[in-house]
Amino acid sequence: MSNTPHPGHSDGADVVERIERNWAIVAVGLIVVLVAMVVYTGLHWTMMPPSRVETIDPTTLHVTGEFIESNLGTAREADGSVTVRVVAQQYSFTPQCILVPAGTPLTFRVTSADVVHGFLVTDTNINSMVEPGYISTFKTKFDKPAEHLMPCHEYCGTGHEAMWANVKAIDRAEFDKLAATDRRLSCVK
Amino acid sequence: MLNNRRLVLAHFWFAFATFGVALLLGAWQMYVRSPLHAWLRQPELYYRSVTAHGSVMGYVFPTLVAMGFGYAITELSLGQTLRGKRWAWAGWWLVVVGSLMAMVTVALGSASVLYTFYPPMIGSPFYYLGVVLVVVGSWIWVALMSINLHVWKRANPGKPVPLPMFANVAGSYLWGWTAVGAALEILFQILPVAFGLKSTIDSGLARVFFSWTLHAIVYFWLMPAYIAYYTLVPRAVGGRLYSDGMARISFILFLVVAMPIGIHHLFADPQVGSGFKFLQSVFTALVSVPTLLTVFTICASVEIAGRLRGGRGAFGWLRVLPWHEPMMLAVAFSFVMLGFGGAGGLINMSYQLDSTIHNTQWITGHFHLIFGGAIVIMYFAIAYELWPQLTGRALSSVTLMKWQLWLWFIGMIVTTFPWHYAGILGMPRRMAYFDFSNPALAPEAITVTMSTVGALILVASAVLFFMVLVRGHRGAAVTPAQFEFATAVHPPKTLPVALNSFGLWLALMIGLTVVNYGYPIAQLLVLKETAVPAVWMGGQR
Repeated sequence: MSNTPHPGHSDGADVVERIERNWAIVAVGLIVVLVAMVVYTGLHWTMMPPSRVETIDPTTLHVTGEFIESNLGTAREADGSVTVRVVAQQYSFTPQCILVPAGTPLTFRVTSADVVHGFLVTDTNINSMVEPGYISTFKTKFDKPAEHLMPCHEYCGTGHEAMWANVKAIDRAEFDKLAATDRRLSCVK
Repeated sequence: MLNNRRLVLAHFWFAFATFGVALLLGAWQMYVRSPLHAWLRQPELYYRSVTAHGSVMGYVFPTLVAMGFGYAITELSLGQTLRGKRWAWAGWWLVVVGSLMAMVTVALGSASVLYTFYPPMIGSPFYYLGVVLVVVGSWIWVALMSINLHVWKRANPGKPVPLPMFANVAGSYLWGWTAVGAALEILFQILPVAFGLKSTIDSGLARVFFSWTLHAIVYFWLMPAYIAYYTLVPRAVGGRLYSDGMARISFILFLVVAMPIGIHHLFADPQVGSGFKFLQSVFTALVSVPTLLTVFTICASVEIAGRLRGGRGAFGWLRVLPWHEPMMLAVAFSFVMLGFGGAGGLINMSYQLDSTIHNTQWITGHFHLIFGGAIVIMYFAIAYELWPQLTGRALSSVTLMKWQLWLWFIGMIVTTFPWHYAGILGMPRRMAYFDFSNPALAPEAITVTMSTVGALILVASAVLFFMVLVRGHRGAAVTPAQFEFATAVHPPKTLPVALNSFGLWLALMIGLTVVNYGYPIAQLLVLKETAVPAVWMGGQR
């Protein structure tokens, strides 16, 4: 291999520089486009992760506040909106089967009674961490009636593999009929 | 010339030995959770295995490779004997003792907390102390790299620092600073609880500290691979480094922007506000710039080799490349895996798309493809390059080396592609078994079987790797040729201070960390009621 540059290319340094500058512009441009897409979808679809930094004492969850057992499950609020309150603990969710109306905007409020858990509903974009001391709040909508699995997706101890729950989205009218008689709904009722 | 061969060999051999054990554990994990095996009667064993696999592959193996390679680079590129040899050995011993202490604790079942710790789960203090020893040992290396660079600079005022050493020191500074996050978490949050001095811990704050380490640690793993791309590959394939300046800019960018982006691991967490999540999403996008620059520069450098070998036309140079060279195969495989893994990474960093795959098997697939694939295959190539220098014997098993690299590439693709797919279906991570009899999970069964086959191919590749290395110790004794790093097409005669030193960039790195992490950490520190009861792992105490 010869160490001398090819004849006629002796001033190659500026060629090298020009080509790599062009590539750097393309690379940065690519990133700017991606970030612009993120900004657009974030604002246009108001797609935001759970980010309220809201705290709660996990040692008194069961005796006071919105996460007492009788208040867990799906609730039709006074303004007509629907809120689902769930507690995660080693190694189950309460309620273990969540009943929601399809085609309705939902707000989930979830917290943990012990360690870090994960909250994921298959075939949807619902995906949140659940941490003791904090409340995860996220909004979503189920397009159509269907059944979904709901595994805990963060290692929470040696029984983690058995921590699965279910979500059942039912027809909105059917849900309203049930909600007329029950204050808090889950698959059991 | 290498003077401290035993030091470098000790680093490499302990690194690869732990890697071999952890790889077997990984393959066992894939097998027991696949439909080929019945449900594990004692799932707790699975989590011991995951903890050991993650701790070794995350903290011990890449750290030792970076350290050993760093000591070799110091002597080979600066042409001076390593200063602080005794300290270097002390660092090695700390890593070895720390690894053994942590692994014995995990094997006994006293710390099945996984390598991510995630309080309020708390394991035996000996596990965390072991990790601390590993990190302290590596910090000695960070200090030695800095000292050796300054010794050289004093003897060679105004001269450009050789690129391998410049990149090596950038990597060491990156590690020194990024390890601080997990160190704060362990020293101030976890250990007081593990020793029984406290009974509560802020799990949200712990996750923020850990994210400080968790992302940039990947770039620390990556550094030896990138150093090999820039300073070994062009020479090994008979080309020239296209641009020395762009190489320095890439390493500087890694140093500055790889660190303050870890909150993208916390997009789905409730304890960080949306502003900082968005900010770090943008910074995460920025960190792909140095990789895009690298891909360009290395492809151009390899193209030079193709042209020098008589290749013509837009693609003709590809055909004439020295495909019989292990380094050529390694870099080609590495780039293919980096391409797929990097594309997946752009999805992970996206504020919205992340919610589809966060914490699913997709993530496992992503970092195995990047680290286990693109990076580790370059570790193999580095070992093959250095072995004759270290042993004074020729490495003659070229066919075995090529088989080994092919198998590693195929095995990694077969393991990680089904993982990505299963993740999109919503398959969660870190499960000791799955109920494949559930109709909703049945379609995922085949993906786990495929990954198991991939894992077995990887084990076969590792066997060949060890055969090559051991044979290397027994080969014909030779006087190894003078080791040379790649030369640039236009080697720098002088460099601006900014491209030849780190002061400005370290200040930027720390400044950006304060900007991007200061508020989220301060907010959680002053927030009341965030300390929650610790949950002990590993039975009664």
